[in-house]
Amino acid sequence: MARYLLKRIGYILVSLLFIITITFGLMKLAPGGPFTSERKTSPAIERQMQEAYGLNDPIHEQYFNYLISAAKFDFGPSFKYEGQEVTDIIKRSFPYSLLLGLEAIFIALAFGVLFGTIAAIRHNKASDYTVMVIAILGISVPSFVMATILQFIFSMKLSLLPIARFESFAHTILPAFALATTPLAFIARLMRSSMLEVLNADYIKTAKSKGLSERVVIYKHGLRNAILPVVSYLGPLVAGILTGSFIIEKIFGIPGLGREFVESVTNRDYTVIMGTTVFFSVLLLISILVVDLIYGWIDPRIKLANKGANS
Amino acid sequence: MKKNWLVLLVLVFTMSMILAACGEEKTGEKKDNDKGTDKLAADQTLNVNIRSEPPSLNPALATDTTSGAVLNQTFEGLMRVNQEGKVEEAMAESYEVSDDGLTYTFKIREGAKWSNGDPVTAKDFEYAWKWVLDPANVDTDYAYQLYMIKGAEAAKEKGGSLDDVAVKAEDDQTLVVELEQATAYFLELTAFYTFFPVNASVVEANPNWAQDQSENYVTNGPFLMESWKHKDEIVLKKNPDYWDADTVKLETIKMVMIEEENTAKQMYDKGELDWLGSPTDSIPLAAIPSYKKDDVLNISPLAGVYYYAFNTEAEPFNNVNIRKAFAMAINRQGIVDNITQAEQAPAMALVPPSIFEENAEGYFKDNDLEEAKKLMEKGLEELGLSEMPTIKLSYNTSEAHAAIAQAVQDMWKKGLEVDVELHNEEWGVYLDSMGAGDFQVGRMGWLADFNDAINFLEIFESVGGNNYTNWENAEYQGLLKESRAETDVAAREDLLRKAEDIFMEELPLAPIYFYTNVWTNKDKVKNIEVSPLGLVQYKWGYIAEE
Repeated sequence: MARYLLKRIGYILVSLLFIITITFGLMKLAPGGPFTSERKTSPAIERQMQEAYGLNDPIHEQYFNYLISAAKFDFGPSFKYEGQEVTDIIKRSFPYSLLLGLEAIFIALAFGVLFGTIAAIRHNKASDYTVMVIAILGISVPSFVMATILQFIFSMKLSLLPIARFESFAHTILPAFALATTPLAFIARLMRSSMLEVLNADYIKTAKSKGLSERVVIYKHGLRNAILPVVSYLGPLVAGILTGSFIIEKIFGIPGLGREFVESVTNRDYTVIMGTTVFFSVLLLISILVVDLIYGWIDPRIKLANKGANS
Repeated sequence: MKKNWLVLLVLVFTMSMILAACGEEKTGEKKDNDKGTDKLAADQTLNVNIRSEPPSLNPALATDTTSGAVLNQTFEGLMRVNQEGKVEEAMAESYEVSDDGLTYTFKIREGAKWSNGDPVTAKDFEYAWKWVLDPANVDTDYAYQLYMIKGAEAAKEKGGSLDDVAVKAEDDQTLVVELEQATAYFLELTAFYTFFPVNASVVEANPNWAQDQSENYVTNGPFLMESWKHKDEIVLKKNPDYWDADTVKLETIKMVMIEEENTAKQMYDKGELDWLGSPTDSIPLAAIPSYKKDDVLNISPLAGVYYYAFNTEAEPFNNVNIRKAFAMAINRQGIVDNITQAEQAPAMALVPPSIFEENAEGYFKDNDLEEAKKLMEKGLEELGLSEMPTIKLSYNTSEAHAAIAQAVQDMWKKGLEVDVELHNEEWGVYLDSMGAGDFQVGRMGWLADFNDAINFLEIFESVGGNNYTNWENAEYQGLLKESRAETDVAAREDLLRKAEDIFMEELPLAPIYFYTNVWTNKDKVKNIEVSPLGLVQYKWGYIAEE
């Protein structure tokens, strides 16, 4: 197990190196720079800034300097927001995205698994179709449309919840639901199809013929196996949702990481681009690893130590 | 099976009801015109949206309107532009100008205090201005605003000594500034944030003083910063020690940062915001007609011009007649009425009418197709072309820019029978290709920093910088140079006008419209000043009892 873990962490480091290199390359290739603005400053002042930020150094030097600082998790100050450290920006914006993301994942998982299971048990009955229609709608309605509809109904018409901003638990409900819709629908569909498959398996029939109650059969024997596809979907989902959604954060005026991520690219804020990218990649790679570990725990047939490389 | 269909039907029905409800017309509140009920409300709190995080609240580093909107409340310069648009004394109690217009002597107000209790002295001004001009302080993009001060440009860019910059605190109360040339708008400039003072001892001790709200964020304006949650909210409260504190009525200003226009609009409609629109935010285009219908929309001119720059170096726009033909064939009134909708003035000149009044008329007729066709023929002949090649029209990605470009594409196609290809690029990429001259016609805009025609004329003085057109003209340069030495106001204006005449004769760009400030506010909000420069001042604002 320890050897497996070490090996996986090694892979993570190699992937990170690739990600950093590619991002660095793309970033430098993109036209424009952090000091391009509608109002050009005098060329001499611009030169002084380029010099001070090390943008005049040869490209390989910039790259290696960058690698070293990334390894130390010190990305330097933002170009756009004078004096604000990238690590500070991540530190202050990530908690918003994290909280919102956890809430959304909880909603998506709880309702998704529940709906999927109900649909599978009541296969081809009215509730199955209802759930699946909702699921199709959930997948096909984009989150920003959902967000506006939720805002309109619950804040404007019913005055139940605040329109935007992030100040109390009530403020988080609408954005969390908007964020959860698509994964919720997806999980419901995944759950339904795998549950259907599992319910037809021989061991379920055995359990039933042993005289076990329907509930025990489904929750103890069925769910555990049927949930595996959902778990593997969770890895990228967790990383994606926790780092925040640009659109949802923008619509609800939440100062989260998702906005920093996208805006840094528009601003050509090199240090923030690299900081958020590295942060996102680390989160993604780690959550994939965690998902693989959970896999082994749920399904003992999967022997991690033997599997190793092909995960 | 029947039951399932029913479920589906119900679902579809609910969905369509939700969608229908979205399109419902809003009934806004009526604007009451009687101004009798101006009693102060008990709660003097103003809620506004400033849209985004101010990139810097250090006046020396700020370069944008969001930062300006905060700094104008928390700091105060030597002068302030008052509600009538006149420059009046602020931190300076009085000033004297020498006869040649080169030396300014300011007397700093006795009793003016920093928020930590220190007196505001002439030394703070000297320190602040020299800090901006110190080449060791990079990021001071707006240092050039100070270049009319003698020795300033040399110190910042040419290795000159900071000691030779002609700004000197003779004693705590007296600040003497010597200018390179007489500058008519210098007094007004001292109200601009790059000229704001900073508390020398605090800044010296804490290089990061302006990063967050803390006891180091020492200011001298009508409001103090109470809290700053980055990317979220800034709260200002009244400064009880401000020299003119009796005038200030607002106790709290809550500035939230909501980027999404529609969200801000909903918050406004719900009463969570008291102000929607310019200058710190904007009203969604789609909501403008309904506010207008309810007669709650306020529109005031903003000194700025939206234009299409021609690349005068490449065929066919190296020909002046072709440029004129394209400029005349645009139906500006149509664009303003149907696309931008905020009563912008069609622009047939470079300098906005808020600075040069007669420019409301302009130099040529809007949508003059007949003349345009004639000029086009003449231009083609001069170029030796039988017909116009396809033209590329570039703009940066934005809904409004795209809509205008499509309209212009259509106008040129119908009016001049020219095929126009639209080309949009992301902002950073766009500025890069414009700067490299990789365009034929490209969208640009310019907003004035101070209320003077030189703001607009200066851009096109030489190639490079903000002049993307690659147009230069010796006579034009001569006139601008002359205007800088001219101390007589009328004579100077005359020179500037002559320069504009040349510019409009050569027409290196097609002006489209002059910007406007557009906003709506709750009836209870009174006396808030929106200037033609897009500055907002809450100093005189108050909340009336409802």
